[in-house]
Amino acid sequence: YVRDIRDPEHPYSLEQLSVLSEESITVDEKLGRILITFTPTIQHCSMATVIGLCLREKLKDHFPHHFKVDIKVAPGSHANEESVNKQLNDKERVAAALENPNLRQLVEECLYSSEL
Amino acid sequence: MMNFADENFELTEVQKLEGHTDRVWSLAWKPATGTNGAPAVLASCSGDKTIRIWEQSPATGSFHCKAVLEDTHTRTVRSCAWSPSGKLLATASFDATTAIWEDVGGDFSCVSTLEGHENEVKSVSWNASGSLLATCGRDKSVWIWEVLPHNEFECVSVLQGHTQDVKMVQWHPATDILFSCSYDNSIKVWAEDGDSDDWHCVQTLNESSSGHTSTVWALSFNASGDKMVSCSDDLTIKIWGCDIMRMLSGDGNAPWTHICTLSGYHDRTIFSIHWSREGIICSGAADDAIRFFVESEDGLVNGPSYKLLYKKDKAHEMDVNAVQWSSTENRRLASASDDGTVKIWEFVSASGKKKLQL
Repeated sequence: YVRDIRDPEHPYSLEQLSVLSEESITVDEKLGRILITFTPTIQHCSMATVIGLCLREKLKDHFPHHFKVDIKVAPGSHANEESVNKQLNDKERVAAALENPNLRQLVEECLYSSEL
Repeated sequence: MMNFADENFELTEVQKLEGHTDRVWSLAWKPATGTNGAPAVLASCSGDKTIRIWEQSPATGSFHCKAVLEDTHTRTVRSCAWSPSGKLLATASFDATTAIWEDVGGDFSCVSTLEGHENEVKSVSWNASGSLLATCGRDKSVWIWEVLPHNEFECVSVLQGHTQDVKMVQWHPATDILFSCSYDNSIKVWAEDGDSDDWHCVQTLNESSSGHTSTVWALSFNASGDKMVSCSDDLTIKIWGCDIMRMLSGDGNAPWTHICTLSGYHDRTIFSIHWSREGIICSGAADDAIRFFVESEDGLVNGPSYKLLYKKDKAHEMDVNAVQWSSTENRRLASASDDGTVKIWEFVSASGKKKLQL
């Protein structure tokens, strides 16, 4: 289900770019916890937070609503790892970002593009 | 004072309030209601851009939605706070404004809109006398507004200092000292310079002062105002204390010191914390649970310690964003959640239940 998200900087799907591989999703069904780790294509990828937002939005509908989703960049894969992870897991920041029409549109383009 | 640690408690659900069509971020009990014939009133605010006013029916005891405050905020309403007299309700929104509402014969109307923040306003708080209002937001600033006649508000200070998003502001219950907590992991204390009416930061409680190591989401004072509790994304709750006599004598520089850290009780972010008038600390967290803590009477030489009194798992179906004790009924609590509901609870002790059964 996350395979067809399009990386905003590139016209190819995330999986084709090896940005995300299935092994980086951990689901604990008993506790209701999901951990996604993803690797942005470049170390300094400024779109890392947008990619993270897309992943979160995409997964929202695939699991029961009481499941807790944590999203992190794969360790060592980004120069500002801690800062990106903190933003991606602050649900108030995520909620506010998704209310921003420009960002919302970008996220939606990423989610629903079925190019390639 | 009752020794809570000796009692068995349980949290019983009185009512679930449904109506909001998005997550409920926060709530506030209206002061001076729920006692002396005035029916209890509660305000809740939501991602659905509205505020709902709920009132308890004296006849049936159940809450119904009395009003929906809509078509004003254009984005999430994040926080709400009643003025101490209950005459006004302030609501803070992601739309960068703070609205002031007045109840005019049962109809709420927006009588003022405070603008100035560059982006999302996250919290609003009235001081104890109702003469000042504070707001804070993602623009890293804290604003202090003076309440003037005829529902006029004037900004008296814009406080810079936090290096990140400010999550909550809260006035001290007994004196005009303002506290703020932030995504920068710190708590800041703001006071007015006696002579110059200039507000400035008099203390910062950060990691080096035994402070939090991640976002601080909320803080609350005990009834006497000599202690403060804070909660964080670092999964801990911290208790802080000050020399209250010094502070009440007008010394804004009376320092706050770390007393105790409660760790190992939460495994997900703690979004809300509220200290009841009787001394019970209530927390609402991202694991859908509500927890209660009290000072332990174990008399340790090193100073007070706190213990978990009770944990209500699955209090809601999703994250608990806010918890607040009623200002008039000591054991009544309200909670707000991502599941779109508000719940009213009674924190009942075993001996309390026995009394009712008689």
